[in-house]
Order: sequence, then structure tokens, then C-alpha cells
Amino acid sequence: MSEQALAHHFDTIEEQKEASSLGMWVFLVTEVMFFGGVFTAYAIYRHDYFNAFAAASHHLDIALGGINTAVLLTSSLTMVLAVNAAASGSRKALLGFLALTAVLGCVFLGIKAIEYGHKFEDGLFPGPGFRFEGPLARNAELFYIFYFSMTGLHALHMVIGVGLLAWLLALSRRGTFRPGYYTPVEVVGLYWHFVDVIWIFLFPILYLVGRHHGP
Amino acid sequence: MTTRLELSPPPQHYLNWSYTARSWLLSTDHKRIGILYLLSITFFFFIGGAFAVLIRLELMTPAGDLVHSETYNRLFTAHGVIMIFFFLIPSIPAVLGNFLIPLMIGARDLAFPKLNLLSWYIFLAGAAFTMAAVFSGGVDTGWTFYAPYSSVYSNSAVMLTGIGVFITGFSSILTGLNFIVTIHTLRAPGLTWFRLPLFVWAHYATSLIMVLGTPVLAITVALLALERLFGVGVFDPRIGGDPILFQHLFWFYSHPAVYIMILPGMGVVSEIVACFSRKRVFGYSAIALASLAIAVLGFLVWGHHMFVSGQSAYASNIFSILSFLVAIPSAIKVFNWTATFYRGSIAYDTPMLYAFGFIGLFTMGGLTGLFLATLAVDVHVHDTYFIVAHFHYIMVGGMVMAYMGGLHFWWPKITGRMYPEGWAKFAALVIFIGFNLTFFPQFVLGYLGMPRRYHVYPDEFQVLNVMSSAGASILGVGYLIPMIYFVWSIRHAPVASSNPWRAAGLEWQTPSPPPADNFPETPVVETEAYPYSEMEVEVVDV
Amino acid sequence: MWENFPLFPEAASTAASRVDRLFFFILIVCAFFTLLIFTLVFTFAIRYRRRSPSERPRPISGSLRLEIVWSLVPLAIAMVIFAWGSRLYVALARPPAEALHIFVVGKQWMWKFQHIEGQREINELHVPVGKPVRLTMSSEDVIHSLFVPAFRVKTDVLPGRYTRMWFEATKPGTYHLFCAEYCGTSHSEMRGRVVVMEPARFQEWLGGGRAGESLEARGAQLFAQLGCASCHEPAPGARGPSLVGLFGKTVELQGGGSVTADETYLRESIVNPQAKIVSGFQPIMPTYAGQVSEEGLLQLVVYIMSLEEKAARK
Repeated sequence: MSEQALAHHFDTIEEQKEASSLGMWVFLVTEVMFFGGVFTAYAIYRHDYFNAFAAASHHLDIALGGINTAVLLTSSLTMVLAVNAAASGSRKALLGFLALTAVLGCVFLGIKAIEYGHKFEDGLFPGPGFRFEGPLARNAELFYIFYFSMTGLHALHMVIGVGLLAWLLALSRRGTFRPGYYTPVEVVGLYWHFVDVIWIFLFPILYLVGRHHGP
Repeated sequence: MTTRLELSPPPQHYLNWSYTARSWLLSTDHKRIGILYLLSITFFFFIGGAFAVLIRLELMTPAGDLVHSETYNRLFTAHGVIMIFFFLIPSIPAVLGNFLIPLMIGARDLAFPKLNLLSWYIFLAGAAFTMAAVFSGGVDTGWTFYAPYSSVYSNSAVMLTGIGVFITGFSSILTGLNFIVTIHTLRAPGLTWFRLPLFVWAHYATSLIMVLGTPVLAITVALLALERLFGVGVFDPRIGGDPILFQHLFWFYSHPAVYIMILPGMGVVSEIVACFSRKRVFGYSAIALASLAIAVLGFLVWGHHMFVSGQSAYASNIFSILSFLVAIPSAIKVFNWTATFYRGSIAYDTPMLYAFGFIGLFTMGGLTGLFLATLAVDVHVHDTYFIVAHFHYIMVGGMVMAYMGGLHFWWPKITGRMYPEGWAKFAALVIFIGFNLTFFPQFVLGYLGMPRRYHVYPDEFQVLNVMSSAGASILGVGYLIPMIYFVWSIRHAPVASSNPWRAAGLEWQTPSPPPADNFPETPVVETEAYPYSEMEVEVVDV
Repeated sequence: MWENFPLFPEAASTAASRVDRLFFFILIVCAFFTLLIFTLVFTFAIRYRRRSPSERPRPISGSLRLEIVWSLVPLAIAMVIFAWGSRLYVALARPPAEALHIFVVGKQWMWKFQHIEGQREINELHVPVGKPVRLTMSSEDVIHSLFVPAFRVKTDVLPGRYTRMWFEATKPGTYHLFCAEYCGTSHSEMRGRVVVMEPARFQEWLGGGRAGESLEARGAQLFAQLGCASCHEPAPGARGPSLVGLFGKTVELQGGGSVTADETYLRESIVNPQAKIVSGFQPIMPTYAGQVSEEGLLQLVVYIMSLEEKAARK
């Protein structure tokens, strides 16, 4: 049975698992560099235009953002539970937790969509339709470019993550995973946690700019 | 150590087990994927080369009489974008690295064969977008895409090109990822890190850069594309953006990118030098560690492209001193290769001629980097033909020569045929002469003050430009000759044995061409990478 | 060298000969190492050429001592070159205090030079020989770069910021001036000449005709026109900080931090006043971006700079 899952160029299933894990970690490093570029640019401008960025950030919905943070953190929990279920061979639990993780991911995306909708209505989308009261408008638009780029990129990664979960669900239903082989679940888990970690950084640096100074 | 030499190819090997298009286009065999890349990048080399010919034709006269300025600007941009992203960066890794790394480490394939195939399709997709941009009118920003010209002012296909480059970057990332995991997990029993061929070390270092640097290019291009799309962006001074930020982000990748281009070439040279001196490479550990040092230091010097950009003198000083440091590991390698020749048994086969050419021209090109790392001198030569000459010496005099050397060295392994040695030596000589005639005058032009990307120029620069263009025509002929005889050799050249060079290395222990699964059984390694002094060759007539 | 076939550029500034000297030093280092490697490779390749196919050279693995020597010697040479280049660069970065101040605006595809007395030139820059000249430059559109090969100077010219460069011409004559940062269609035609004249002739040229008002005077007019004085009165309780004696001083900013009031700060405060609010003042200054041209901004900056001198003279 093990031989089915073992690719022809690997000698043992352990070798294959080691390679898959290392491969996902290397990929996540590339993602760190990818997001790192835009985080660095954001950090520079936030330092240069702190007042404008703080004013712009105050228009973000901290409640929705907070809820989304909780949703994503919970989804990471359910993902870990899914990996656990795969390791212990409980197919039903695995299916349940994978589905729950995917649902939570969709909830996150749904709330994000609502937030984006509000921002469009308020005229906070960068471009010709941008409106912002007060003298800080110029640099506030810069803030919103970062807001939409960074959360947009993150959302794109979430969509891919949900797609990966759907793929895992399909494989699980066919009974592909068992205690001796569940590497794809682990590896997608790594990816999911990473996307969560990106949000953990995004939330405070975008939503909580200057909040401790009071409203 | 005894190595088997089989005189004839096996009845079934990776090339002939199936001739269907499907078996090629859906192949996950690293050797077939290497061939697919070989065909693609050769195609792009000649397109990029055609643009170079047009550029040099125009530059024969001071006036802009061959093409309009808009066209000229699109020509040099296309030349740069195509040569860098669709030839230089993939070349050795995607062709020779893909083909040889599993063989060199005794594996049956790379760690992720399907990702390998995907990387080729991604490469093609990126190329499709870029070619669409080039042939639908072109892009005129220079391959460096500086904002705000590229983000706001240019009326050319910046978005399309940006998308193309963005997509192609993922091809590079996947290749690097594959190599790193492969080298870590699939080495044959007994093959410790310090028994690896230096080609593998070079590709490991290259892969580190590919994986760490390319994503930064991706995000930079993405931000640029967003600015272009929405009419406002993070590099726009009108909302407080900083065009210099674009330069920092861009060069953060594009400087290490040049090490992506040259490190694999250095790996090829190490293999050739060892084989055709019949000696282990002098200072193996030094070269292996120097490769890693280049990869690390290469990430710390990007600001040397920005000495006159308005960057602070403090930052410029730091980048200058680091740039001098990054030259040292390359110097170490050149000294070690030279020392390998000492008391060797030197043969003059074509691969070795290309290795000699590399050592000479890379040394010259690398040394001219000293002028550029020097703050006060760079102020004068920045953005002039001195820079153009510098990077062509390293990329064409260095990298392309290494690539040609590698192609010739491993041609019998890849195709099972020998190339014609006489023609090959002749072509190598033509290339060497044509190259120097093309690019040496450009150093003089640069110090004289001729800026780069100039469509028209003052009269007094004409003689040197004509010399350069004359050289380019010779160089062009030089590249055509191997094109012809390589294609000819596939059917008509003598069949090669499994190890015509009596070279060390696991790739020479399998038949030429190798069977689909590389090795009938996984080899066990008990010696260093270059056991030439103990090698016994057992000839087998199968 | 020969008129039609020069191989080396003329050296026409105080910096040029110094840069050339360093250039020749590096050239000698390069030539030395090139010859060394070429000779060694050539000699070894011939001396140790393969004489029989079964030759088996003795394996030599390496030599730590050699590695150290050929790492440290190049490193030492590199550090000498670095130090020399850095010293020269720093020396060339700072214009002498008495330098003649000329303002430059680059735009696609021409150079506009503005002498402080009011003389304006397009694509041609007249300067006196033997006197340091400093240029304060900005761009109206994309990044350009002002390059005078004979002087060995080059600095990028940026939108939204001022960059600076200086030189002292040593030989009367006419020299090429190029744009050295690709800026679009007519980049290679964005060229001009630097005309270096004897001081007497230069004074003549300055005085001759088309001068018009000085930058400072124009700046004063704009300042009044735009109503800047209504907030920027040098009086206590004014809505905006006083500008008298401001240029070159350190300004304390709201929220901590400080900045030197240089040309770029002054320019930024006009087009993006919210970027840096002076400590103790409200963020109420409107932006003048789009209302004032690049040249107008230059005039205002020069006017504000002149307020410093008046304060000093008081």
C-alpha cells in the first residue's frame, strides 16, 4: 500500500516526506521575501508620514478586522486538529476539520469583502475617486494603496489556501490519507499557518496605527 | 576507483523510448525538460541577438538614421529584457542544471519532477506575455523600468511586459526550490557535501539567490503594475511616493540576479578545468565556500547602482566597501582555477578553450568592477558605455562562454553524439575575437563620456562605435557556427561513448544518452569529486 | 587626443585630474592582475600540456597559506582603492561656501538653467573659469541626470526633490553636457554645452541684456501673490512658523524628531506641508502642489534662502 504513494524517484516514504516538507518551507521563505518587499516599503512611508497614516488608519473598521483575526486564528487551530486527525487515521475528523478550516477561511474572505465594500462607498479606494477630508489627504491615499495591496495580496493567498483545502477534502474522501502518509495535509497546514501569520502582522500595522494615542 | 566506459549507446534511453509530442510536452523527466529549456532559450537568445544586431547597426553612425528614437528605445529594452530574463537567468541552471544535477548526485530525478515541468510552462507563459509586448509595439523603459518614467510617463506596453517578467520569475523560483530540496535530500549514499561536484555547489548557491531574491522582483513589478493600472501608486512623488524606493527594491533583486547568472557558469568552469587538467580542482573547499560567500554578499551591495541617485553619501560608502568585499570570493576562484593548471595534464579540447576564455574575460570584466565600486570613479562612468562593457564582459565573455563550454562538454552525454572538434575550435576563436572587438572599445567610449541608451551621439564617438559594430558582426557569425554543427551532429556526427573525456563524475558512469531512470541501481560514492589520480577506465563494448 | 578620434576625455575641472589619477591607479592594478592571470594560464597551459593520454598528474588539494595570501592581498588593495575613492567622493560632495549658485530644472527633453541674478539659459550653461559653481537641481517629470564628462561630475535630477552637485572649471572652452538617465524618447537629444569663460567675459555675459529679474525678486513676488505672508509673519502668535533665518537651521517637528531646513525641505513644505509639521503649530497649511511650477518653487526657495542673509545682516 505504501508503494502507491511513493514517487518513483524516492527510495523511501520518509525521504519523500522530508523533501515535501523542506520544499514547502523553502516556498514559505520565498513568500516571506515577497511580502517583505511591500512591508519594507510600508514601514518606510509610515515612518515618513506618520500623521497621515494614523489618520487614514482610523477609518479602518477595527471591529471587523478584529473579528477576522479571531476567525483566522481559529482556522489555524482547526487546521492543526485536521493534521492531528490525519496522523491518527480518523477520516471523519479529518474531513470535518478540513471543511471547518475552509469555511472559516471563506468567512474571513466574506468579512474582507464587506470591508472593501465599505471602503469603496466611503471613497477610500485610491485613484480618481479618492476622497479624504482634511490636509492629510495626499499621504492618506498612499496609506490606502498599501492597505489594498497588502490585504489584497493576503486575500489572494487565502483564496489559494481555500482551493488547496478543497483539494485535500477531495483526496480525503477517497481515503488517500492514513497514519503512514498524510504529508499533503501537513504541507498545506504549513501554508495555512503562514498565511495566518502574515495577517497577524498586517492587522496591527494597518489597523492599529497610532490607536494608543486615543480616538 | 574504476569507471566503466561503454562504447555504444544503450538500445533504449531517455530520447528514444517515445517520440510522441505528448511524451515530450508532458514529460516529467528532468533530462527531457532540460532539452525543452535548451530549445526555448536558444530561440530567445537569437531573438535578443537580432535586436542587438539592429542596435549595433544603428550605432554605426552618429545620427539616428536607421530607426526612429521610439523604435531604438524599444530595441534596447527588448534586448535587455529578453537576454536577461529569457536567456541568461535560466540558461545554465534550466538546461545543464536540470539535466545534470540528478545525474551528478546519483538520483533518478529532481525532488519535484512535476514542478520542474510546471516551471517550463510558466517560463513559456511569461515569455508569451513579454513577446506579445515586444511585438505589439514594444516597451521603451529600459530593462530597469525606473519610476516615474515607467509608472506614469511611458506610452508603451509596460503592463504586459511587467506581467511577463512577474510570471517568469516563478519559473526561476521553482527551479531554485527544486534544486535546493534535491541537493539536500536526494544525494546518493556516501555523497557528503564536500564530495559534491563544484557544479552542484555552484547551483546550490545560485538556487539560494533565486529563492530569496526573485520574490522581491515580483513584488516590485506588482507594485509598478498597480501604479500603472490605477494611475496612482507608491512611487508617485505627487502623493508623497519616492521613485528612489523603486530603485532600491528593483536592485535588491537585480544585483543578486547577476550572481544567478554567473555562479552556474563558474560551476561549469570548475568541472571543465578539473577534467581537462586531469586533476582535482585546487582549493575545492575554498571554491565551494566562495560560492556561498558570493550568494550572501551579493545581497548586500545593491546600492552601488545608485551612487549618483541622490542616495546619502553614508549609504554610498557602505555599499562601496561591501562591493569591494564581494569581488574577493570571485578572485579566489580565479586563482584556484589557475593553480589547478599547475602540474596538470592540459588538453585543448573545445570545452577547455571556452574555460580559458572564461577565465580571461571574466577576470577582465570582474576587475573593471573595481572602477565601479570606487565611488569617485563611478560618478563619472555610471550610465555610460563603461558599464555596458563591464557587464557584457562578465555576461557574454564569462557566462555565455561558460555555457558554450558546458554545452560542448556534456553534448555527448546529452545527445550521444560528438560535435565536430575542428569547427568547434574555430567557432570558439571567432567568438573570442568578435567579442573583444565588440566590447573593448566600449570601455574607452564610456570613459570618454558616451552615455548608454543613446540613439544618437556626438561625431567624435563614431570610430569606436564602428569598431564595436564590426566586432558584433564577427561575434554573430561565431554564434551561428555552433548552432549549425550542433543540429548537424544529432544525426550525422560520430556516436559518443559513455565517457569520451574520461571524466570523473557520476553523470559519466551512465550510458550516453542516459536511460530514462538514469542509473540501473543507485550508485554508492566512496571518493572525492575529482579522483583523477586514481581513476582506472574499464572499456566495455556492449 | 586626435580631434576625430579621442581616446581619453579632456580634464577641465579640479575634480577631473583627481578622478583621472585614481582611474589610472585602478587601471594599473587591473592590468597587473590581468597580465598575471593571462601569463600564468598561458604558461601552465603550454608547459603542462598533455603529452600522453595516460598521464596522471599528482593530485594537489590546495594550500591554506595560498588561499589566505590571495584573499588578503587583493582585499588590502581593494581597501586602498576604496579609501582613496571614498575620500575623493566626500571631498567632491561638498561645495565650497563661496560657490556660485545656479539652479537647474530638467524636463523632457531639455535643461533649464537659472542664474541667481536672473539670467536664464536653455541647454547651455555659462560659467566662469576658476570659480566653484554649485548646482541645485530638480526635475519637472521623470528622473534625469546631469553629466559633464570633462568635469567628471554626474548627479541624478529627481522629481519632488532637490539634488546638488558642484564643480570648478579649470579651462575655458566648450564641453559636452549630457542627460545620463534614460528619460524617454529624446533622451539622447537632451544634450547641451557648458561654456567656460574667463571671469571678466563671464561678468560681461551676465550683465548683457536678457537678464530679467533675479530669482530672489521673482520669489518675493510669488510669495506676495500666493499670500504666504498672511500666516508666515515673523511675529509671535502667527499661524505659521517664521521663515526669517530659517534656511539651514534644524527644525523641531511635531511628534518628535527634527530635520534640517534645506532646499528639499522648503520645497516639500510648499507641495506637501502635512509631511512634516513644525512643533507647536497646527497642521493647517494648504498644499500648493499644482499651483506653482517647478521654476516657481525654485524662486520661492531662493527667496526664503535670502531671508537668512537679511537676518544675518540685521
